[in-house]
Amino acid sequence: MAQSTMLEAIRQAMFEEMERDPAVVALGEDIGVYGGAFKVTEGLLAKYGPERVIDTPIAETAIVGAACGMSFMGLRPVAEMQFIDFIACCFNQVTNFVAKSHYLWGAPVPIVLRGPSGGVVHGGPFHSANPEMYFVHTPGLKVVYPSTAYDAKGLLKSAIRDNNPVLFFEHKFLYRRIKEDLPTEDYTVPIGKAAVRREGTDLTILSYAAMAHTSLEAAAKLAQEGIEAEVIDLRTLLPLDSETILNSLKKTNKLLVVHEDTRTGGIAGEIAALVCEGAFEELDGPILRVTALDTPVPYAPTLEERFLPNTEKVVAAARELAKY
Amino acid sequence: MSGPATPEQLKREQHLDLYYYMQLNRQLEERMVRLFRQNKIVGGLYSSLGQEAVSVGTAYALEKRDWLAPMIRNIGALLVKGVPPRDIFTQHMAKYTSPTKGKDGTSHFGDLKVRHIVSPISMLGDLIPVMAGVGMAGRYLGQKIVAMTWIGDGGSSTGAFHEGMGLAASQRAPFVLIVENNQWAYSTPVSRQVPVKNLADRAVAYGVKSASVDGNDVVAVYRAAKEAVDGCRAGDGPRLIEVKTMRMKGHAQHDPAEYVPEEMFAYWKARDPIALYEKFLTESKTWDAKTKQEIDQRIERELDAEQKFAEESPMPPPEFAEEGVYCDGCHTIEAEWKRPKSEVTPPRASIEAAWKVESFGGFEDAIEGAKGASGASASRTPSGAGAGNGSKANGSAEKTAQPAKRADEKGKAVAAKVDPERTPFGRGPKGKQGRR
Repeated sequence: MAQSTMLEAIRQAMFEEMERDPAVVALGEDIGVYGGAFKVTEGLLAKYGPERVIDTPIAETAIVGAACGMSFMGLRPVAEMQFIDFIACCFNQVTNFVAKSHYLWGAPVPIVLRGPSGGVVHGGPFHSANPEMYFVHTPGLKVVYPSTAYDAKGLLKSAIRDNNPVLFFEHKFLYRRIKEDLPTEDYTVPIGKAAVRREGTDLTILSYAAMAHTSLEAAAKLAQEGIEAEVIDLRTLLPLDSETILNSLKKTNKLLVVHEDTRTGGIAGEIAALVCEGAFEELDGPILRVTALDTPVPYAPTLEERFLPNTEKVVAAARELAKY
Repeated sequence: MSGPATPEQLKREQHLDLYYYMQLNRQLEERMVRLFRQNKIVGGLYSSLGQEAVSVGTAYALEKRDWLAPMIRNIGALLVKGVPPRDIFTQHMAKYTSPTKGKDGTSHFGDLKVRHIVSPISMLGDLIPVMAGVGMAGRYLGQKIVAMTWIGDGGSSTGAFHEGMGLAASQRAPFVLIVENNQWAYSTPVSRQVPVKNLADRAVAYGVKSASVDGNDVVAVYRAAKEAVDGCRAGDGPRLIEVKTMRMKGHAQHDPAEYVPEEMFAYWKARDPIALYEKFLTESKTWDAKTKQEIDQRIERELDAEQKFAEESPMPPPEFAEEGVYCDGCHTIEAEWKRPKSEVTPPRASIEAAWKVESFGGFEDAIEGAKGASGASASRTPSGAGAGNGSKANGSAEKTAQPAKRADEKGKAVAAKVDPERTPFGRGPKGKQGRR
């Protein structure tokens, strides 16, 4: 069985869903002839034609708006943001119209907004963002941020088949850096379920996307010091799998949250509140967090390295937490 | 301008329909003003007084299968689409029996399955790309529908307006945009917002056909809309129609509109669309006093019953606030296919993924000159300039023709400065110039 990168896994999901259901269409900037800035949609146009693979003007509000309108007609559009940073350009369309339609007037909006996100690759302040929390704070959306090729494929399929608008974040550092064997048969990964990546007893590290890998590396180092960390990959940020989080906490009694998103208003804060409300008496220490700095993503490698969490920072925080 | 209204295109019943809907629109809103003063309207109340001909004349040009998305002052369009007045009453009164069951007010509701209505949003302009998408999907599914929405003079300044028009035009979507120029965006006159005399001129920037019509002449509005809708349905690409009218009240009930000169109100009051149309119906002997009385009485009867229903309806139970954020299988999502799916699946859908470049983008005169020199035609593969990639649905001979003409005119002025020895194509392929 050939191994697939995360990027290939996402592309496979697109092909397989478009093959399965002619209601699935794709639209975005440069996704057709060019195959997308990262080549995620390469080959789609040749196979499915320009009615289903639509190269659009540079107009994110129009892209999301048109996708929404198409979904009212029973289609299931997958819209690409060339870089997820540009979703800020259509913030209103996403948060005020798409997200609210079902609650307000009973109109489901089965669209997927997907795009490359995240830093580490020196994309600078406008091509490295992790804007997930704007949308986690928006009722009506679902927010998915996978860390493995298997999950990316299975979650994208779930997102396309979901009756709600799903924001699908693809960490560009992971696109071609991770590989795994994927099943040949059709499968999905459920939205709203976290995955326990490593069992442990001493503390729980909660993370997602690229930081899930960083957390696993940290856990391996911690194990050498005799600290057994449980590592949980959230996979879906909205709706949050609070059950898995609280169950792990009941086992380890200590919680460290790691995310590449900036610190203030990051999901660590929400999880801390969740734990305080749901399992305060289980806590044997403070809830700690390792996050990016509260700054824009800087360009120079030295600066970006300072900005981002890394294995050492996670290990250091976990050591502190383990002392309690 | 579309010229004077002529009755021959409409049957008598249709003329009476137009009157019925305009008067229903006005009487419904007048009742709501009374309800507002009795504190029975929960939020704001926006009036379309004086603009009834716009809503009714445009929506009347649509067929049952067509889609629309109204603005706040398009209650008349909803009535034409078959929305019962009780829905308008209950929405404004936040009743549990309203289409949104109290989740939203005013004309903010839709109906995807039966009447094909997309709910408005207060952030103006966003519905333009949404309805372009509805039109694109309708074409994709083979439904031969037209999608229509409205935007005000003020809303035509939004980014979403321009993004939506650009997408609709590049996709040649079956989409009609009614630019409802009611002279005022809240307190600011249109002249302080838009530096062109006719808002229809904005269509030129997108290569979209447009017209300006008298928005207080319901037949003129209908005729312009019908022409646009028919053209759209025939695959002619999107249309923009500016209707010139006047907002005869403030932005909403709270606003006395003291910033509007009295003379301006007087000018437009003399051009009241319903009074004008009544005069026309009488002078053309389309009706008599008895017919008018019958219609007016019917409206009163209907509104009495609908208002009673709304007033007697309950508010939503508080716990209902927690329901409905997600669709958990409560809706079935199914596209209505009117063409064989095999047309959009391989192998029939498959194409060569390449652009056909029909113009190298230089000034046309210079290209024509160079074309003579080499005699070659452009063929660095790619098909279909713009969105179409050469598909039938998106094929766009007409679209490309218009910008080319403008470039011709501009090209003449600049061509003299071009060094004939130099290739005018920037980094275009050498020896493969020419177009078409």
